[in-house]
Amino acid sequence: MVFTVLWLQSGGCGGCSMSLLCAQTPDLVAQLRGAGVEFLWHPSLSEQSGAEVRALLADILAGRVRMDALCLEGAVLRGPEGTGRYHVMGGTDLPMMEWVRNLAGLARYVVAVGSCSAYGGMAAASPNILDACGLQYEGVHPGGALGAGFRSGSGLPVVNIAGCPTHPGWVMETLALLAQDGLAAEDMDSVGRPRLYADQLVHQGCSRNEYYEYKASARQPAQLGCMMEYMGCVGTQAHADCNNRLWNGEGSCTRGGYACINCTAPEFEEPGHPFAQTPRIAGIPVGLPTDMPKAWFVALSALARAATPERVARNAVSDHLVVPPTCPRRDV
Amino acid sequence: MVEQAKTRLVAGPFNRVEGDLEVRLDVVDGHVGRAWVNAPLFRGIERVLEGRTPMDALVIAPRICGICSVSQSHAAALALGGVMGMAPTHNGQVATNLIVATENLADHLTHFHLFFMPDFARPDYEGRRWYAQAHERFAALRGSAVRGILQTRALALHVMGILAGHWPHTLAIQPGGLSRGVEKQDCVRLSGILGGVRAALEETLFGARLEEVAALSGVEDLQRWAEGRRGSDFSLFLRIAQDLALQSSGRSYDRFLSFGAYPGFGSDPGQRHWRSGIFETGAVRTLNMDDVSEDHTFSHMADMGRPLPPFEGATEPHMRANTAYSWSKAPRMAGLACETGALARQLMAGQPLVRALVARDGGNVLSRVVARLVEVARLVPMMEQWVRALRPGEAWCHSHTGDIPDGRAIGMTEAARGALGHWLCVEKGLIARYQIVAPTTWNFSPRDAAGVEGPLEYALKGARVHEGEQTPLSVQHIVRSFDPCMACTVH
Repeated sequence: MVFTVLWLQSGGCGGCSMSLLCAQTPDLVAQLRGAGVEFLWHPSLSEQSGAEVRALLADILAGRVRMDALCLEGAVLRGPEGTGRYHVMGGTDLPMMEWVRNLAGLARYVVAVGSCSAYGGMAAASPNILDACGLQYEGVHPGGALGAGFRSGSGLPVVNIAGCPTHPGWVMETLALLAQDGLAAEDMDSVGRPRLYADQLVHQGCSRNEYYEYKASARQPAQLGCMMEYMGCVGTQAHADCNNRLWNGEGSCTRGGYACINCTAPEFEEPGHPFAQTPRIAGIPVGLPTDMPKAWFVALSALARAATPERVARNAVSDHLVVPPTCPRRDV
Repeated sequence: MVEQAKTRLVAGPFNRVEGDLEVRLDVVDGHVGRAWVNAPLFRGIERVLEGRTPMDALVIAPRICGICSVSQSHAAALALGGVMGMAPTHNGQVATNLIVATENLADHLTHFHLFFMPDFARPDYEGRRWYAQAHERFAALRGSAVRGILQTRALALHVMGILAGHWPHTLAIQPGGLSRGVEKQDCVRLSGILGGVRAALEETLFGARLEEVAALSGVEDLQRWAEGRRGSDFSLFLRIAQDLALQSSGRSYDRFLSFGAYPGFGSDPGQRHWRSGIFETGAVRTLNMDDVSEDHTFSHMADMGRPLPPFEGATEPHMRANTAYSWSKAPRMAGLACETGALARQLMAGQPLVRALVARDGGNVLSRVVARLVEVARLVPMMEQWVRALRPGEAWCHSHTGDIPDGRAIGMTEAARGALGHWLCVEKGLIARYQIVAPTTWNFSPRDAAGVEGPLEYALKGARVHEGEQTPLSVQHIVRSFDPCMACTVH
């Protein structure tokens, strides 16, 4: 039996769908078939438009069509003044907020695709005139459009595939597991993210790890050094496997030369400082690795800095490799 | 049969348009009499940008749109660079062109194969001579073209994996260049990726060398070429277009706007490979950016009393149920509605086939789609040259230290679907005003104070509505021929 998915979009950019289309090995359609997942409707991919979609929604509401999962991409817009009319679903005169609330109770699983539908995300960034929120979170606070106590038919809370954007692998693997009833409450972390990608830190597998070890830091875009001290990178705290799974073949934020901004976390959109600048107190970067005692970090950093090889120090502030590693045999 | 009856149709939710869309239609005598285009979702990103440190625009602006993401990055970086008095390094500019071109290419392929063509695979067209082939190739999610194009698109976007970290939503494009320097071996891989993309396009989309398609020069030339390439998807589309007379469908004002694409032509950083301007009645006019204004008369925005240039504009949502009908503003150039997109770009660039098609029948469903595919064929060879123009070992990004000075600037680029501008004002080191005019805001604008319809509203007039159609197919073809992006429209 196929696992049927209704995918709706609201207050967001549609980038998680565009990212999903980048799925590879195999391509998205083959992966969906392999996992037994079928879209009842997807805004970018399905044939049905207009009246056909309205008829489908009526069938789902009446129980004539089974909906195993409801996926929402984009935040729920509650404004203005709680009416939800910042997004009225085309052709229906009903706010998407109402559609989502009406449909969520009918789904065996409810899935938030992307940080906007999980926590509010960029859609809820200050001043949040939209009164945007996630399905079951308002930033870090449980609640959101469906309420903290919401459970879908399976008994699970909303599954938050957070990320801005989401990696196609995160979405496909989550849907495939749900299709097998293979994702349980213990497979989700404390903010509802599937642990299949959220149990790693972006730091793990970062190609700049040697620079991190020696605190050999980049100070300008394109420099090769570690971006934690000056460039705003919070990969040591960010929950995602970006540097092991990789994006679009061989990419990741840090490999692209810019900071990890922790886009899988609630309220990443309000870091409290410029995104690409590390705030510092008394010369020490604020926001050290979460599970490392600060004194140890400071002591180790001072030692490492003193021991930094010339090669690492010079490469760190260059936009291409200027000093290669030496070959030990020739040195003898 | 009773004729002359006027009926009102509400078409929505429209899909395969990147976001949500509703179109209201007055149908008279089997044809659309008048249309009202409603962008039913409001985003408000401009308000998020205001009050922040200017460089944060590089994080926030791309998140306006998941499909025009790096175009938004590019416009933001150009606007910031304008205020800072900074231009990108050679490598930065060439690599940024590659990144923007990759998005443009991927979007065109997505549009043609996944958004536009599936409508010809609908059962409504059963019985047409081309139906079996159209259905076999392009049925949504099932057609044999779908998996192939997903693979080609994903391969093309490996360019982003190398140059931009990932797509969408990169932070790699900086005012001073690119945050990622590449080495010779990376350039070889970039060439390899483009070689794979070229092979796939030549094999299935065109059935011909890209250069052959790019060199098509006239309407008869195109017909002859299509006859000789009957196995290709482009040729299939041309057959469908001829049978359904798509050249007579969806004509708008024939006033085309482009902000110019790909800076750095002839090693002049200011010059663009495809120039900016307005194309009307066969001639090109120079842009005057002071002519741009946005009208709020029929938008759910606080009414400013008169159309305002973006540097004075504001985004203050205000539901006005009695008059307004869309969240989209109505941008006008010297008071006139303009169409933008690949068709406008290729007209400005002087591509002879596109000029000939427009000279014959104006902008329409056929010429919009042909322009997009001809652009694909022109773009890949340009990208191959840009890879060769990268200079590993030389600078990638200018250093930037200190605060951003106060000032204002416009960042102008081209997204796949047309002219994109960011109007940035920095005061006291913070973003005081950030106004965005996106391509589909031009194309899908509501009426203005003078009652002038937006380009799509005008283009829909006369579209055929068959008995019993709730979401008329002709309307769907016309809407999608613009390759709309509703997420951007309502930024």
